[in-house]
Amino acid sequence: MSPKTMFKKIWDNHVVRESQGEATVLYIDTHLIHEVTSPQAFEGLRLANRRVRRPDQAFATMDHNVPTTDRSLPITDLISKKQMETLTKNCEEFGIRLYDLHHSNQGIVHVLGPELGITQPGMTIVCGDSHTSTHGAFGALAFGIGTSEIEHVLATQCLLQHQPETFEICIDGQLQFGVTAKDIILSVIGRIDIDGGTGTVVEYTGSAIKSLGIEERMTICNMSIEAGARAGMIAPDDKTYEYIAGREFAPKGEEFDKAVANWKKLSTDSGATYDHSITISAADLAPQVTWGTNPGMVINVTETIPDPDKMPTQHQKKAAENALMYMDLKPNTPITQITIDKVFIGSCTNSRITDLRVAAEIAKDRKVSSNVNAIVVPGSQAVKRQAEAEGLDEVFRSAGFEWREAGCSMCLAMNDDVLQPGERCASTSNRNFEGRQGKDGRTHLVSPQMAAAAAIEGKFVDVRTWRS
Amino acid sequence: MEPFLEHIGLCVPLDRVNIDTDQIIPKQFLKRIERTGFGEFLFYDWRYYDDGSTNPDFILNHDQYKDGTVLITGTNFGCGSSREHAPWALLDYGFRVIIAPSFADIFKNNCYKNGILPVILSTEAVEELMLAATSEDDYRLRINLEAQLVIRPDGVSCSFEIDDFQKNCMLKGIDEIGWTLQFESQIADYEAQSRI
Repeated sequence: MSPKTMFKKIWDNHVVRESQGEATVLYIDTHLIHEVTSPQAFEGLRLANRRVRRPDQAFATMDHNVPTTDRSLPITDLISKKQMETLTKNCEEFGIRLYDLHHSNQGIVHVLGPELGITQPGMTIVCGDSHTSTHGAFGALAFGIGTSEIEHVLATQCLLQHQPETFEICIDGQLQFGVTAKDIILSVIGRIDIDGGTGTVVEYTGSAIKSLGIEERMTICNMSIEAGARAGMIAPDDKTYEYIAGREFAPKGEEFDKAVANWKKLSTDSGATYDHSITISAADLAPQVTWGTNPGMVINVTETIPDPDKMPTQHQKKAAENALMYMDLKPNTPITQITIDKVFIGSCTNSRITDLRVAAEIAKDRKVSSNVNAIVVPGSQAVKRQAEAEGLDEVFRSAGFEWREAGCSMCLAMNDDVLQPGERCASTSNRNFEGRQGKDGRTHLVSPQMAAAAAIEGKFVDVRTWRS
Repeated sequence: MEPFLEHIGLCVPLDRVNIDTDQIIPKQFLKRIERTGFGEFLFYDWRYYDDGSTNPDFILNHDQYKDGTVLITGTNFGCGSSREHAPWALLDYGFRVIIAPSFADIFKNNCYKNGILPVILSTEAVEELMLAATSEDDYRLRINLEAQLVIRPDGVSCSFEIDDFQKNCMLKGIDEIGWTLQFESQIADYEAQSRI
């Protein structure tokens, strides 16, 4: 047999039907559902009088528009409330497991999947959310879909797909102190641009990737979509198996050993080729800060805001001018001179316990700048409980951060956690699009360490040298 | 879904690259549980000022483009969020065809599912059409899916690529779920073999 990539192995394992001139019917193992992109899919099923084929393979939660303030109080946003009630009704009607606002498993869909052991190597996983690529960190093929495709999966447990190309992004070498998984992925996006991965599934390889913990790998795969890739994947290894072992939906006992034996066969065979490849040296990477209005507009913390006049093409010049006008920034300003108003630590990119630990380490025994309002939003109820057990909530609170309930929160600002016009935010989330965190709000994407340090100083600092 | 055979429509030039789905339909409008009625919120933050009045500088608010149904725009249109509300908003507003040098994957898929035809042409060809739509009055294009052609008012045409299966689905207005359900027994066999 010819050598195969990990992607190709998983793809081949899930082909239900393949025929010349037709899309492939691909089987979907796990379907994650949330309140915002699913109502119209369930309505479609009802209108066509269709059933959910495998409700046992679907998991639903509420995350996108949930409040992160006191949950014992009634929800004041009535439209959001209706959307949550609709999800409850749909899950009841079609027999789908739901972790609602008050369930102890509630959380951001891409945090709770891995946390509950739902996410496993070799699986196909979909969700009506572009950051479904997160689950690829376990060696799964996981990608975001639209609402019509949600309906398709609900009705058939399959999707009609065309095989994407493969793209190996190799990160070799050792990261410097203070340089994180977030900085790796932001650098990758800066290098290949926000459409550099379009039409491909990325596999991240190399010694720097292998050295990362599972939650850091999730940060990397999570932002694959910000480079346009459908999915990002990392080969499973002992760290992956250890992470999964014992979790609620993970195989148990002998079944687990059998599963691990199968998972070990998933890695890309030596001699297999990718359609595209790049290699990046980890040692050369610095902490990253975005300066513009998409995640590819990113530079090292030591650099200055780019000059649109020096952009290589007219389109890039115009895009940079638009971005700088929106961001209210001037060319050649050092990143470290940019002051901020808000800090958001959270989102499916950086809200897991390891993210909160590193941010807390920086916040410990320090105070948030008097000019800054900073919030920490754990990715799930479980992350929140764990953080509280470790006393991280107290560290954050005494430093002046607000400690919130789990949800997507200010990543997309569908709830009350919104930037006011003109406010500038250091955010651990994944998108700095215009208006993403609030109309006329200005977002700079950074790692949890960089966000916490910016909260203390009131401006961006290089965490590698800060108070060393 | 209604079949898509041919469309003739007024072109709107939206000369910007990397337009993300947050711009196409901002998040405050994602709370609705219907598929319809999103057109009035299309490009909301660009179309309207804070007080709700229209921004006369934005292209959709120019009188001559009011009846536009063919959007001509820059590379990587529809990047970002997977929200299908973006094509719903474009369709509800009246757009049936979007012409660009490239599209984001999920958005492109979502367009097909809703009977919007995403047409990929070379950067040069798109720039030419953009210029024509900007400088000529009532610039209309004919887009024929069967022949895979974009035909200009002067009769000059350029061809575009589309996957055969996707083309067939659009031409016939195929219900894709119904199409997959005809292979029910193969899905069941797969599940039995994989012991799922």
